[in-house]
Amino acid sequence: MKKIAFKVNGVARSYSGNPDMPLLWYLRDELHLTGTKFGCGKGLCGACTVHLDGEAVRSCITSMKSVAGKKIVTIEGLSAKGDHPLQKAWKELSVPQCGYCQSGQLMQGAALLKEKPKPTDQEIDDAMQGNICRCGTYERIREGIKQAAGVKS
Amino acid sequence: MSYVLRISRRGFLKTAFSAGALILCARVFPGKALDALAAEEWYPGVYLGIEPDGTVIIVAHRSEMGTGIRTALPMVAADELDADWARVRVVQAIGDPKYGDQNTDGSKSIRDFYAPLRQAGATARLMLERAAAATWGVPAAECRARNHQVVHAGGRTVGFGELVVRAAKQPIPGKDELRFKTPADFRYIGKGVPIVDFDDICTGKGIYGIDARMPGMVYASIERSPVLGGRLTSYDDKEARKVKGVLRTVTIEAAQPPYGFQALGGIAVIATSSWAALRGRQKLKVAWEPGANAGYESESFRTTLLETVRRPQKVVRSIGDVDAVFARGGTIREAEYYVPHLAHATMEPPAAVAEYKNGKVTAWAATQNPQAVQDAVAKAVGIAKQDVICHVTLLGGGFGRKSKPDYVVEAALLSKKVGKPVHVTWSREDDIRHDYYHTVSAMYLKAATDAQGRPTAWLQRCAFPPIPSTFDDSVRYGGDGELAQGWVDVPFDIPNLRAENGPAQSHVRVGWLRSVANIYHAFAVQSFIDELAAAAGRDRIEYFLDVLGRPRTIDFKAEGTKYANYGKPLDQYPWETGRLRRVIEVVAEKSGWAKRKPEKGRALGFAAHRSFFSYLAVVVDVQMDEQGRISIPRVDVAVDAGRVVHPERVRAQFEGAAVFGASLALMGEITAAQGRIQQSNFDDYPVARIGEAPKETHVHIVPSDGLPTGVGEPGVPPIAPALCNALFAITGKRIRQLPINKTKLT
Ligand code: FES
Ligand code: FES
Repeated sequence: MKKIAFKVNGVARSYSGNPDMPLLWYLRDELHLTGTKFGCGKGLCGACTVHLDGEAVRSCITSMKSVAGKKIVTIEGLSAKGDHPLQKAWKELSVPQCGYCQSGQLMQGAALLKEKPKPTDQEIDDAMQGNICRCGTYERIREGIKQAAGVKS
Repeated sequence: MSYVLRISRRGFLKTAFSAGALILCARVFPGKALDALAAEEWYPGVYLGIEPDGTVIIVAHRSEMGTGIRTALPMVAADELDADWARVRVVQAIGDPKYGDQNTDGSKSIRDFYAPLRQAGATARLMLERAAAATWGVPAAECRARNHQVVHAGGRTVGFGELVVRAAKQPIPGKDELRFKTPADFRYIGKGVPIVDFDDICTGKGIYGIDARMPGMVYASIERSPVLGGRLTSYDDKEARKVKGVLRTVTIEAAQPPYGFQALGGIAVIATSSWAALRGRQKLKVAWEPGANAGYESESFRTTLLETVRRPQKVVRSIGDVDAVFARGGTIREAEYYVPHLAHATMEPPAAVAEYKNGKVTAWAATQNPQAVQDAVAKAVGIAKQDVICHVTLLGGGFGRKSKPDYVVEAALLSKKVGKPVHVTWSREDDIRHDYYHTVSAMYLKAATDAQGRPTAWLQRCAFPPIPSTFDDSVRYGGDGELAQGWVDVPFDIPNLRAENGPAQSHVRVGWLRSVANIYHAFAVQSFIDELAAAAGRDRIEYFLDVLGRPRTIDFKAEGTKYANYGKPLDQYPWETGRLRRVIEVVAEKSGWAKRKPEKGRALGFAAHRSFFSYLAVVVDVQMDEQGRISIPRVDVAVDAGRVVHPERVRAQFEGAAVFGASLALMGEITAAQGRIQQSNFDDYPVARIGEAPKETHVHIVPSDGLPTGVGEPGVPPIAPALCNALFAITGKRIRQLPINKTKLT
């Protein structure tokens, strides 16, 4: 089978399995990067969000063949020391509850801040609408993004 | 951190402690060597040790699903020990009955273990103080533990770690010798510490059930009967086995009623990866004999339930003579309410890995109840309970779903057949279609009112398939526990009041969901009282307080009512209407209730409710645009939960409960046709997202020195009625059937 080459968190990787396999399962089952979560498998919940060339994508509906030549960043690679401004804000504001959705929330939030460093409340809500948190931490997610962005509440 | 014990096959304790540690209460764990260190029998499930380097190790025996309990309970022990939190390590317990109750359910972790953990801390502290006194040859009364060392009145100090050897030789002090801190001396209780799992969670290192791995494990995905109780009649797995990575298929025998915690049964595809298992499963051709529940139609069942509550039913509480008042005529109001099935939809679906080997099972599971795992797995694979070792991972949400261990049973059964550790992950579709659903319910309420609109007689009837029927399928009437959840304890001071309960049969598995029967009982009662207030043309809160009456303790015994009170004696946890009144006054003030001016498309709604011994009052600020789109700019919650141990996490629980409550009220509904659940994923079973959730939730904790009470669940029940009461104020339409999106509001 043809080899697919790409990078995950800065490390060059290649894959020669079924090209239709979603990236999510490659990350979780083959690289054991289990920070990227499964929540729905259909692009409905955002738990599996990673960055593909800097953009937030749902890894559960991103096939391996579509990542050829791309740079993938997962929650494990978001920052070297767990000190991305969002990760800091998340801890300062105690955003997580069960924490399961939070990898996806952080990756989605980080992509938003890259595109819009000073987002409005509405821009935050629009960007985060695809990320479900069943524990209901939305208010603190919004606050966390604003704190990381340095925008006043 | 210490969570990495997950793959260890060595003895759990040996990895947690070094040889020279002072260990209290070793009876928590199995293993003979450690029993030699066992403390007196009066420690229900607390485990605390100190390493010679001074590290204090505290075992969390309750499950972490987002409440912060894995931090909060150890923090209580650390406070009483006067330990430095930075030098405390939390270790998660395996399931073991020696531990006392581990079922992290019923909002009771702090309630039931606050005192035992303080005892553990106080015991260790006293032993350290005595050890220091012996070292120095001074009276123990002159020695005090302070910030991880013992300080003598004369100024000398010695670290906890240095005292370990001598302290370990101290006799365990009796309970009456212990000295407890006064609240003024608390370092952490009432203030809080950072949650121990946040670093892992924010970097993707937290290990949940879905992430647990065992060497050599394989993955399973299981096709189950679409109808509860259906049997596999034939299957063709030829195509499935052709999928690369699929190893084989394995059948699991169909569960027999009562379903309890059994594996449902079905056919599992075993593969070398999650995806191969899922793909293989899609290629299975399976035929089912649907069985007795194939006739279940939730729409017609709704009618059945409503018909049930229109007729007289079993009386579960009676004060005065309701019938005589109704017979006199006058102003009478009636209303019927309906709440559908709900699914838990935890973000992490049920997941576990288990290995059957040499007559023993080791499991790593996202479970709220590791001892139930032991029981259910032991029964299913035919071994003794103590031969099931259940390690508890983080839980990606629980809400009651993960107190039922059927998915761990599946993993264990499959491992026995396959001869390897098997990881079972439910897909979202599995989760939505095979849940232990929140039951479906109908309520009928009727009141006669006087000239002020005050009720002179009040009748309430409910019917719902009871949770006990999951464990005994002959049960039809609500359990005492269910009826105690906001039904027989309606607190209004009404001279004639009767509560009834009718029978109903279940056709799906039903189980506890965050606040359980309080959800539908509070929806009906808190809506109906609002209806009466509206009919009387009175302010809702003023009216509620009038009907609630003067502060009193409800005397269930004197009135002859059987009231389960969440399993606790009423003298210890009485039902005090004055505490409800107090939180109502607080929420009225904080929400600006009285000052609120009428506004088109926007209104406040109110509800107040006691559950799990906590008193709640909420005001929900609701907005509706011309298209009927609803938003919730603000929720105010006032709560009396007794002494609050970790205020920040308590706030978080009530914020989350407001979202959970709004979600079920606005859009939560599971339906069945021909016995099959019609929803499957977040597209057809929507839950609140950031745009639908309350934008701000303000939690007002009413200071209290009372016994700590529940906080995980009580925030949910008042939200739906408060929301509907606000919508009535906006639209004049009364919503009596959830979810709200069933009703056209414009
Ligand atoms: S798992 Fe990918 S969006 Fe839900
Ligand atoms: S923190 Fe639990 S799902 Fe978001």
